Amino acid sequence: MFALGNKTIKMFTRLKQNRRLLILLALGALLLLCLLIAAALGAVSISALDIIKMTLNKTGLFDFSATWQPSAETILFQLRLPRVIAGALVGAALASAGVLFQGLLRNPMADPYIIGTSAGAAFGATIAMMLPISFAFLSFGLVSIAAFLGALGAVFLVYNLARVGGKTPIVSMLLAGFAVSAMLTAVMFFMVTRGGRPELLHNAFSFLMGSVSGTDWTQIAIIAPLIIGGIVVARFLAFRLNAFSLGEEGAAYLGINVEREKLIILSLGSLLTAAAVCISGLVGFVGLVVPHAVRLVLGPDHRLLLPAAALSGAAFIVLADLFARTVLAPSEIPIGILTAIIGAPFFIYLLRRTRREYAF
Amino acid sequence: MIILKHVSFSYNNTPVLHHIDLAVKKGEMVALLGPNGSGKTTLLKLVSGVLRPNWGEIHLDGSILSQIKRRKVAQCVAVVPQQFSMPFAFTLGEVVLLGRTPFHSLFSNDGEQDHRVVQQVIECIGIAALKERFFNELSGGERQKAILAMALAQEPKLLLLDEPTAHLDINHQVEILDLVKSLNREQWLTVIGAVHDLNLAALYFDRIILLKEGRIFDDGPPAEVLTEKAIEEVFSASVLVTEHPVTKAPHILITPKGYTG
Repeated sequence: MFALGNKTIKMFTRLKQNRRLLILLALGALLLLCLLIAAALGAVSISALDIIKMTLNKTGLFDFSATWQPSAETILFQLRLPRVIAGALVGAALASAGVLFQGLLRNPMADPYIIGTSAGAAFGATIAMMLPISFAFLSFGLVSIAAFLGALGAVFLVYNLARVGGKTPIVSMLLAGFAVSAMLTAVMFFMVTRGGRPELLHNAFSFLMGSVSGTDWTQIAIIAPLIIGGIVVARFLAFRLNAFSLGEEGAAYLGINVEREKLIILSLGSLLTAAAVCISGLVGFVGLVVPHAVRLVLGPDHRLLLPAAALSGAAFIVLADLFARTVLAPSEIPIGILTAIIGAPFFIYLLRRTRREYAF
Repeated sequence: MIILKHVSFSYNNTPVLHHIDLAVKKGEMVALLGPNGSGKTTLLKLVSGVLRPNWGEIHLDGSILSQIKRRKVAQCVAVVPQQFSMPFAFTLGEVVLLGRTPFHSLFSNDGEQDHRVVQQVIECIGIAALKERFFNELSGGERQKAILAMALAQEPKLLLLDEPTAHLDINHQVEILDLVKSLNREQWLTVIGAVHDLNLAALYFDRIILLKEGRIFDDGPPAEVLTEKAIEEVFSASVLVTEHPVTKAPHILITPKGYTG
């Protein structure tokens, strides 16, 4: 009986060691399920089995005979899959960026947009919308490119404004971020209202509320490596993010090169955010709430939190976008509205139920 | 172990330390005493390497401190601050595991060795039963022991204490200092601590450095340094110094102002 007890303990220990892997596998399976459901539903529904068969056929390794309409294949590969995958990428990028910013800034209101990325992106996009020219580079329009550059430019500005004597204190950065955001947003709204073109208002608002429609494969081929690569790098920084939860001083005592790591984490988070923004506009809420929700359920260890938030954020946006295009079909609800409407009640439920206490 | 040569430091042109010369040998237990603003904490930050001196040099085991990689320094020098604020719900075990950070490279994960050190340390400090409790739900004394455990998980040769017992009840103060003292005695752990309480310093530390306005006022064994005259001059407080009836360490008594009996 004693031997059995020992065995159980050993098994339990191993199970606990593999807990991280099991949770991530489960979340990965959940994401795949969401992708499948979202690809299946829409104005024309396609059976999940057909989707799997068509996708496997594309790999060239399988050759299932067609049990579907030829139009179904066009809808799946030209419209639905790019959109669903774009949603997953945006969700994963914003949720990971949220984890990075919350972990570094130790501020519960931190999200991917907190140090100016959103205002910079909106500012850049608005200028692009007002310009009388339009072109596409690698199938990205001028607006997307301007949003990407605007987001990174704003962070660069904020970081340098907050920098004093070789150090960039976190509080200065938050305040500089707030000031720069306020100014860029004000100028943007001035341009939109004084721009003289009625469609400008509409376009700017669409950008502010976000959408993953109209993404094509070329865009995904460029953005996917950026986002997935960014998340992989972020995962390597997880140990340092854990050290940062003791604050900058505490992290320094643990041998962290604080200013250098801060710059790396900020750049990575901003790059992920900018990549997401340039395919979707500003999708709010996911980058704030998904990291909090995952932390409440799985705990604050960034080694699990970061990949888990990325997978959950991806699944969340895929589902939100599914609702966005089906609830009031044929018209679409902006995805930013849905993320808040679905996400907020769920988050409040978690906040009230949880045992893990916050002490920001 | 650690040698300071002519070290000066200012925060934004406000001078804090002036020409400090100091050598601490392996196995010593040194208290830094002095009023608020005398430079105790700054001196500890310089020795831990998170601040760099404006002038002068600090040598750690023969190498210049500012030229050693931060990660390497943290494998040798650990700091116990007054307190840490912890925004996230880490368990005590997870907080102590943070002490293993300097031993990880980008690609390595915590392994058996790390968990063994954590287990050893929390058993040594007597907080193994609290391992799965949330750090933020622990009492002040338990939290401070956890932070001491985290510092010890760095397997340091030099332990720096920045008023580690300032917020604690007398029983926890004594417990923490007893622990540090036994590590000093049994494992030759070098300890430098900024201490507020003169009597605790006299009881637990073998060597006292009195700081006044960023300069070393006196340096030596408690009985020689902690005199009525020195305390009067450094702290501007008049005290009586007697002898602890058991340990024979100097014992400092204060009398309320205007006391007439």
